[in-house]
Amino acid sequence: MLILSAIVSGLSLGSMYGLIALGFHTTYTVSYAVNFAQGSCVMLGAVLGYTFWVTLGLPLPLAIAATLAACALAGLVVERALVRPFTARGSSAWLMATVAGGIVLDNAVMFTFGKEPRAFPSLLARTPVDLFGAGVYPLQLVIPVVGVAIALGLHVLLRHTARGKALLAVVQNPTAASLMGIDVKRVVALAFAASAVLAGIAGLLIAPLLAVSSDMGLMFGIKAFAVAILGGMGSASGIMLAGFAYGLVEALVTSMLGSSYTQILVFLAVIAALALAPDGLFGRAAVKKV
Amino acid sequence: MGIFASALRLPRLAAAIGLAVTLAAPARAQDTIKVGLVAALSGQSAKSGEAITRGLQVAIDEINAKGGVLGRTFELVRRDDESNPAKGLLAARELVQKEKVVAFFGGIDTPVSLAVVPFANSSKVPFIAVWAAGTGITRNGAEENYVFRVSAVDELVDEAMIDFAVKIHGTKKPGLMLINNPWGESNEAGLKKAAGAKGLPVAGAEKFDNADVDMVPQLTRLKEAGADTLFLVANVQPAAQVVKSLDRMGWNVPVVSHWGPAGGRFIELGGPSAEKVDMVQTYSFSGKLSPKGEQVLAALKAKYPEIKTLADVTPAVGIANAYDAMNLLALAIAKAGTTDGPALRKAFYEIGPYVGLIKTYETPFSVGNNDALGKGDYIFTHFKGAEIVPVGQ
Repeated sequence: MLILSAIVSGLSLGSMYGLIALGFHTTYTVSYAVNFAQGSCVMLGAVLGYTFWVTLGLPLPLAIAATLAACALAGLVVERALVRPFTARGSSAWLMATVAGGIVLDNAVMFTFGKEPRAFPSLLARTPVDLFGAGVYPLQLVIPVVGVAIALGLHVLLRHTARGKALLAVVQNPTAASLMGIDVKRVVALAFAASAVLAGIAGLLIAPLLAVSSDMGLMFGIKAFAVAILGGMGSASGIMLAGFAYGLVEALVTSMLGSSYTQILVFLAVIAALALAPDGLFGRAAVKKV
Repeated sequence: MGIFASALRLPRLAAAIGLAVTLAAPARAQDTIKVGLVAALSGQSAKSGEAITRGLQVAIDEINAKGGVLGRTFELVRRDDESNPAKGLLAARELVQKEKVVAFFGGIDTPVSLAVVPFANSSKVPFIAVWAAGTGITRNGAEENYVFRVSAVDELVDEAMIDFAVKIHGTKKPGLMLINNPWGESNEAGLKKAAGAKGLPVAGAEKFDNADVDMVPQLTRLKEAGADTLFLVANVQPAAQVVKSLDRMGWNVPVVSHWGPAGGRFIELGGPSAEKVDMVQTYSFSGKLSPKGEQVLAALKAKYPEIKTLADVTPAVGIANAYDAMNLLALAIAKAGTTDGPALRKAFYEIGPYVGLIKTYETPFSVGNNDALGKGDYIFTHFKGAEIVPVGQ
């Protein structure tokens, strides 16, 4: 029973880490830059979802659409204001700029949304169901399914649509791509929007299990970045697998050895994995590392 | 409008003039006795600073209405520490050196209070803690200790939690669920010591972080180790996750908690099972109140119109501790006959009895014991909807 509930919990959290980490992957592949405010975008998804649905009483589908649209907009703003001005000059200061942007966002939300954590109601997280003797919320089973479905959808979108192919062309050679008539700036902006939307989806999914608050995204952002590095920045499937692995190891270490050791052992495992495979467990050698 | 409406407005105008006169009276600076407050007035814990302010202000209004002390009225000067020890120390310096406060109160954060303690002792200005429970705040080892407290003390809370659990739940094997930070660490030591003193073997001590989603693994370890009562030390959000994880496991076990969950929306976050958690408090405005309790509650409602139900006077500990502390300070100043720090410090040990909100203080402080509240003064409470009521109600 102990192992089983740890596995369910690990898989559902792991798929969230994977989903958020896919956001890092999306922008990294087209611009070698990432949005370090990704954790804050997770928070933004949860806070806006709460505001649109609970506070303003919009119908759920509309609330979700509005939330994700706002996340996309946030991603565009991040790219335009915090990334492009620096990458255009060949500077790596976007790294600090996006971290700072995340802190500004967290604090702005604290002043507007309030300092008290609020509960995100969900029918799927109210009554636990019995799964081979372990109690889990239905949402915990839905989350990994949604996570994998979105990862697969992203894969199809990249390989089998014109826009996806444009994105991949940018990855291989930005100069050649722009000569071929592909608007590289637009593709990069779109990638940042998509990255923030992925974080927003994760925020909406995780909120009913946790609580909505301005500082909820921080640990998710850090863990997702570890997952992205672990899976290999350039490999979407690798990142999803690394997400699941990370979530499982985290839950199993807690169950077997006790929670005092969780963070120490999990992050030691990350360091060890990177020492053995510097480009990530599933990644290929990259020209330039973050 | 018309004559009738104007006539109705007249008394209001008169009242406004009267109010203006009363408000103007204490504004003559030399005549007032300034007391300070260094607390979190913004950020996560802003609500605690608000509660303390209200308790102090209601007490000050009452004392001033009776003519104040030594023929002078009190004036409250507040500074925000933003829960930051460095800022708290800076604010304390400003209050003492620039505002010339005769004494000052502290807020919810133990680290801030600990940073202020050496300054209070070296500048010989009494510092009165009304929330932070860290044991070392009053037991600070200073030869001349200027730090007093009207609040819980961590080490005693741990003993009280174990005593309560043994008495009410027949606890034989405590399991500890602790937040992974210095507060959790210090209570782990305290709870283990208190359990050891009663000869109770501890089933285990599990840690979790603020943003943890699932505590089932930790709880299952404690369950398998034979824990029959859980002891919880955490603030509202992780505490709610513990309750939800217990629900998922279907484990119906008594939970005895430090006062963390009392500061937020515990029922909203943790669901109906959160009502089963017993929490330490020093005071509750629910149930049958003493005459003093009725009086303070009425004064609070009159002064702060946003207080409508008992759910609005949480966290009650901040209000009640501050109210009693301000009154004890006034008594000490009256006893000393001066606002001079060293004389005031000695007077603290000579006051009493005082019929306060929390209890009747016979001798609130004595040399070697700068804590006005002891183990027997804590009450155990639980949430009932948004209200916090004593256990048994």
